[in-house]
Amino acid sequence: MTTLTRPAPSTGRRRPVPWARLAWVSWRQRRVALITVAILLGALSLYLLIMGLRIHSAYAGVTACHPASSTRCLILKSNFTVTYYQSFGSPMFDNIGKPNGVSGLLLVVPLLLGVFAGAPLLARELETGTFRFAWTQGCGRLRWALAQLALPAIALTAAAGAFTALYSWYMWPFNALFAAGLGKSAMQPTEFPVHGVAFAAWTLAAFAIGAFAGVTIRRTVPAIAVTIAAWAGLALATAVFLRPHYAPPLRASGGAPHQSPTLLTKAWVLSSWTTGPGGRPISATRLNSLVPFGVQNSNQPNAFADWLTRHHYTQWWSYQPESRYGHFQLIEGGWLLALSVVLIAATIWIIRRRTW
Amino acid sequence: MNVIECARVGKRYGRAWALRDCTLAIPDGRVVALVGPNGAGKTTLLHILTGLNTPTEGAVAVLDGELAGSPAALDGIAFVAQDAPLYKNLPAGDMLRVASNLNSRWDQERAEARLAELDIPLTKKVGSLSGGQQAQLALTVALARRPALLVLDEPLARLDPLARHDFMASVMAAVAGDAMSVIMSSHVLAELEPIADYLVMLSAGRVQVAGEVDDLLASHLLLTGPAGETSKLADRMCVVQCRQADAQAHLLVRTTKPEEPIPPGWDPRPVTLQELVLAYLRQPGAAALPGPTQVSTDHAAEVQA
Repeated sequence: MTTLTRPAPSTGRRRPVPWARLAWVSWRQRRVALITVAILLGALSLYLLIMGLRIHSAYAGVTACHPASSTRCLILKSNFTVTYYQSFGSPMFDNIGKPNGVSGLLLVVPLLLGVFAGAPLLARELETGTFRFAWTQGCGRLRWALAQLALPAIALTAAAGAFTALYSWYMWPFNALFAAGLGKSAMQPTEFPVHGVAFAAWTLAAFAIGAFAGVTIRRTVPAIAVTIAAWAGLALATAVFLRPHYAPPLRASGGAPHQSPTLLTKAWVLSSWTTGPGGRPISATRLNSLVPFGVQNSNQPNAFADWLTRHHYTQWWSYQPESRYGHFQLIEGGWLLALSVVLIAATIWIIRRRTW
Repeated sequence: MNVIECARVGKRYGRAWALRDCTLAIPDGRVVALVGPNGAGKTTLLHILTGLNTPTEGAVAVLDGELAGSPAALDGIAFVAQDAPLYKNLPAGDMLRVASNLNSRWDQERAEARLAELDIPLTKKVGSLSGGQQAQLALTVALARRPALLVLDEPLARLDPLARHDFMASVMAAVAGDAMSVIMSSHVLAELEPIADYLVMLSAGRVQVAGEVDDLLASHLLLTGPAGETSKLADRMCVVQCRQADAQAHLLVRTTKPEEPIPPGWDPRPVTLQELVLAYLRQPGAAALPGPTQVSTDHAAEVQA
């Protein structure tokens, strides 16, 4: 075969493939998954929006009622609580569709969003062998990897952020109404991660863990399993070991074991203990054996506390006040963002360097 | 100008060398047949050329001096990997769009015309196409990039004879029209013979034979003669392979200089590419390389069963 002029010189004229075109590829490949996520989040958002509008208009009626201490207003407030927040008598159950039920469901939403977008992303390419197609195209591996990871990461984080903003708006009347009392503290481990920056950050972290697991394990199903385990472990470890120490906990004393001071109603109580007359801690079992039977079974609600105070026993609590909520959100969002960036960078490094 | 240049390239996996001491200089515009038994290092070499793999030692340059795997190299090389991996859940038309958006150079008209010619509907999912159609689609995607070098890894392995024939006809037509270089690994020698003009044979990770097909055919002869005189002939000529049947011996010899006199009693016949490849496959220790490499004659007297 004779050498003719080459069809196109490989040097000189070469321009990098535009990001928009690479993003289209990423979109086309993950269209079904992204649309599914959008529909699920959209349905949940629609529910929150409709319920939220009803709650807000009902709440406007409660706040407009004057004078607030009148029987009519108290009934209105009570009806509002029963209708929209929780039913009396069964505070833990029968709350599906009410805020308590929704927040429990929301705890796993970041995981579901992240894991099903992140884990198959590269695992499928490696499992089916299509990486040999994708990584030998003219755009090059680095640009391909950046486009493939950046688009879903940004889309997911933005969707999660928008969703949590909606959820906070939906919850706002309850937080305002129950400034002290019924409302759960936003610092509680079941509440904290479903609000604000933390929700979006946990979603991004699930995606980043999934992508990294996918590129290292190279099989979709094991990558999903490992991602779920790793994310759940991380979330649990954060709630138990990490979040309580974002700032040194505060201490409060007084009252009795079942009667915490009002300042604790909207705080995250980490631990409680009792000290004896000498200031030494005393275990709950020992305390129970010390307190006379008559006092423990007394009909008087304050009998136990009164007995303790009389005998110079003190009840202690360590807690994180709700005033630290914003600060804690930023800390948690910050380190989760850093972790996600590191994992995504490591994933891209593996794609660039890995040889097959 | 060389489209592929390897200088003492080696690739090690753990302790085992998949490729060792691989030195090649393949001029532009060739159709290179890459042949060798399983595990000889063919895929490793092709993956190194396309940047999917990096050599443990040595240097590789493609397309006139570009570093293998560099953006400039990837831009000019189209690779159809083994089993033609494509996105099976996409319709063929969307597969084309995906590929077009991953490349700076793309000939959509050509791709669509080729698929129309092959009766592959754009709306049909890649996964539901036949093996032959998937291979053709992968080739279409590769050709639409208008590459300077087309790399094909075992493109015929899973195809039936008719699909093989059609695929090779497509490659031949593209080569004739585009003046691109092609390197193609295959087990199917018969399909390579009409198209290959350069041969690279790998054996246990080393280059066994490398050269222009015309030169190789001109420098090898099949000799038939008395079995008793085999060793005498081996002293004078470079015997690659010897097969004995009763009193007769069939030798494949490599002539070191042109017009080498044939010893009396031996009947010469030109060798076909397929015979040449088979002979070297049967003799993994024998080598035919350009340059000063001395061909070993130790194996010459070995008798093949």
